[in-house]
Amino acid sequence: MTAGIVAWGTYLPYWRLDRKAIGLALGSPAGRGTRTVASYDEDTTTMAVEAGRRARGGAAPADLFVSTPAPPYLDKTNATAVHAALGLPQSCTAFDLNGSVRSGWAALYAAALAGARRPALAIVSELRTGLAGGPDERDGGDGAAAFLFAPEGAAAEVMGGASASEEFLDRWRVPGDVDSHIWEERFGEDVYVPLAQAAFTDALKEARVSADALDHLVVAGLHTRAVKAVAGRLGVRPEALAPDLTTTVGNLGAAQAGVKLADVLERATPGQVIAVLSVADGADAVVLRTTAALAAAQAAAGPSVAAQAAGGRTDLPYATFLTWRGQLHREPPRRPDPERPGAPVTHRAELWKYGFNASRCLVCGFRHLPPTRVCLSCHAIDQMEAERLADVEGTVATFTIDRLAFSLSPPVIGVVVDFDGGGRYRCEMTDADPDAVRIGMRVGMTFRRIYTAQGVHNYFWKAKPIEGTN
Amino acid sequence: MASKGIRDRVAIVGMGCTPFGERWDKGVEDLLTDATKDTVASAGVDVGDIDAFWLGTMASGVSGITLSKPLKLDYKPVSRLENFCATGSEAFRNACYAVASGAYDLAMAIGVEKLKDSGYSGLVGVRPVGDGTDPGLSSPAAFSFLAPAYAHKYGVDPDEMKDVLTRIAWKNHRNGAVNPRAQFRKEVSLETIKGSPLVAGQLGVFDCSGVSDGSAAAIVCRVEDAHRYTDKPLYVKALSFVAGPAAGPIDPGYDYTTFPEVVRSAEDAYRQAGITDPRAELAMAEVHDCFTPTELVLMEDLGFAERGTAWKEVLAGTFDRDGELPVNPDGGLKSFGHPIGASGLRMLFECWLQLRHEAPPERQIASVDAGRKLGLTHNLGGAPGECVSFVGVVGNELSA
Repeated sequence: MTAGIVAWGTYLPYWRLDRKAIGLALGSPAGRGTRTVASYDEDTTTMAVEAGRRARGGAAPADLFVSTPAPPYLDKTNATAVHAALGLPQSCTAFDLNGSVRSGWAALYAAALAGARRPALAIVSELRTGLAGGPDERDGGDGAAAFLFAPEGAAAEVMGGASASEEFLDRWRVPGDVDSHIWEERFGEDVYVPLAQAAFTDALKEARVSADALDHLVVAGLHTRAVKAVAGRLGVRPEALAPDLTTTVGNLGAAQAGVKLADVLERATPGQVIAVLSVADGADAVVLRTTAALAAAQAAAGPSVAAQAAGGRTDLPYATFLTWRGQLHREPPRRPDPERPGAPVTHRAELWKYGFNASRCLVCGFRHLPPTRVCLSCHAIDQMEAERLADVEGTVATFTIDRLAFSLSPPVIGVVVDFDGGGRYRCEMTDADPDAVRIGMRVGMTFRRIYTAQGVHNYFWKAKPIEGTN
Repeated sequence: MASKGIRDRVAIVGMGCTPFGERWDKGVEDLLTDATKDTVASAGVDVGDIDAFWLGTMASGVSGITLSKPLKLDYKPVSRLENFCATGSEAFRNACYAVASGAYDLAMAIGVEKLKDSGYSGLVGVRPVGDGTDPGLSSPAAFSFLAPAYAHKYGVDPDEMKDVLTRIAWKNHRNGAVNPRAQFRKEVSLETIKGSPLVAGQLGVFDCSGVSDGSAAAIVCRVEDAHRYTDKPLYVKALSFVAGPAAGPIDPGYDYTTFPEVVRSAEDAYRQAGITDPRAELAMAEVHDCFTPTELVLMEDLGFAERGTAWKEVLAGTFDRDGELPVNPDGGLKSFGHPIGASGLRMLFECWLQLRHEAPPERQIASVDAGRKLGLTHNLGGAPGECVSFVGVVGNELSA
């Protein structure tokens, strides 16, 4: 019986912004490589759902901790939408840990503690914004990482951990702003390095391992200078340092530690020791050891970080990026604004709207999306069982490219999807090239923010091409 | 169980139709007044002679007061109804049943829609509060699903498919060019249509019907009273209306090459009217050409062409004004635009003109002179796989 991480999943969006595109548009050098970009229909809640769906294995979580510095809602809990979209039981908690970058670590910490008693899922989701042409816009990245902790069956057990906290002004943001402020970098570096060394040393002490025995070291943080300085002073073998991914996915902020750890777990072998160190308003460290269950967990994990980092579309125009981020005010179509979904209707439809549950006729087996009470095929009434189709794949029966429908990113791709095992649904397709859509294309479902109207985020599912099958 | 029909029990004795278009000069009340004025004049009656009214409008007013107020009706029954794009035909159908039942002697069906005042492009619907999961596809997109599905099923090359759709738009614009009531009274070249900017799928701007304002009306009575009002009544042969179970978007068995609702309502209407070979018996048909692929598929659903062959018939000119079976000789939705509540009655108005030899010589169809006596009107509302459909047949003679 080994407590620890039993499953993990990461989500990196399809879109990349080539830093050269920033430089070309603004006429100033913006570095090399790409960063991940959440699409116009994604936010930290939808990315949390996608990462959470991939952290499969063992029992359903009894606790859910979702963390982000960029929450779609304040006051209202965001984790409940994630909870609903993951189809978690009503008795499962759904807590937000939002605001600061360090709250990402708090979610992992909370799930590790709770997970020693019962399965607990932590999801850290990040969407890094900044002003046009600034370093945060250029160097940031969007994505999410999810870790399921449980009392037994761990693929990576927690050997020890430690933290160091201190009050100082390094990076801050006023609520509502898209950009952060940063104090002079050398000041932050000066404060961070000793804090990181303290947390790291204490964690190793608790884990009873020495620095040179580490097989992998993950150092994460938005303070690039401090991260670099810390990594060189820990006495860890240089080859143990995990790749930093910033030239492909960017710096994922609160989610960086999780995504880099997942990347390490996906390449590790059983019996290896991994340390994770995060610097954000202090320092937090944990030491893990992989177990014999690692191989099974690796097989169960969704697309690897490496595969996702290598995929995606890099031809996102900078103007489109700015439009998605609300930094370029474009002329709207001459159409009425979309209506906000009604709270009572949405609540009645929760299993459908969030869980993507169909109804299957118990008499004849016909599947209905959305769920209905009367069977289309045999007309039986109230003889239905709910059936979750979020993870069922399908085939495009027909499609259209809609240049009239409202979208932040026209044209809208409309598809009719026939699901494996029965059931048809007409919906939008996302993360796809309009010119590549064709009848017979294989698709899966993805949770998205369809639009926001009067401050209400309208979440629902869209179809998405399955990479490598089309 | 099945519909019985009311063949030859109700006659149309007067009709009117306003010019359709961007009627910045006319409000809903003006359009209703104009259509009523023409219609009562056509029947030779006063508004006060009419016993009951059915008003069709989707969104230009609610309740019977929308009509009773502008016409200053003297405490008469007015039903206001809506049934998507078949709204006008529904008003007509219900008025026919009212006089057939004997409840009233003289009834008027009137349809109106004022779309242009909204300031938006395309149609603007009013929907109940929803859960936000309806795919927000536009109407052209919903109907554009038909084109690739049809081409795929019958092996039509995409370029050839575009030619077929273009030919339909070209024909309807050509017909509308000589109709003074049409919104667009100009022929449009094949090149212009084919090259128009894409709206959805293969559909360009010219594959879509316009957005316009208009009103049309009909006065009906029982057949035995018809000659009190006119020497040339039209007789109602069939009225069929179907609302489908909206199966298409949820049934993998639906292939987007047909409107099952249209097939059912056409079968029902032909049975009521005693028609066995519509292509050979009908003098004309006014069909719901909201988008060009709709008209293509309708040619098969209404039995004017065998499955998989309508595209060839279109290219061969079978449905041209001087073809074997003229379809949309007035110019269709393509030339008239589609003021929802008015369109069904506007179609009927073309039958009224053509079957009574009252269309101007330059656009009177030859099939009537050749002895064909029946005209068909068809509307559908909704989207492929989930729609309502109306098929009506009128004739200029009582059946033997």
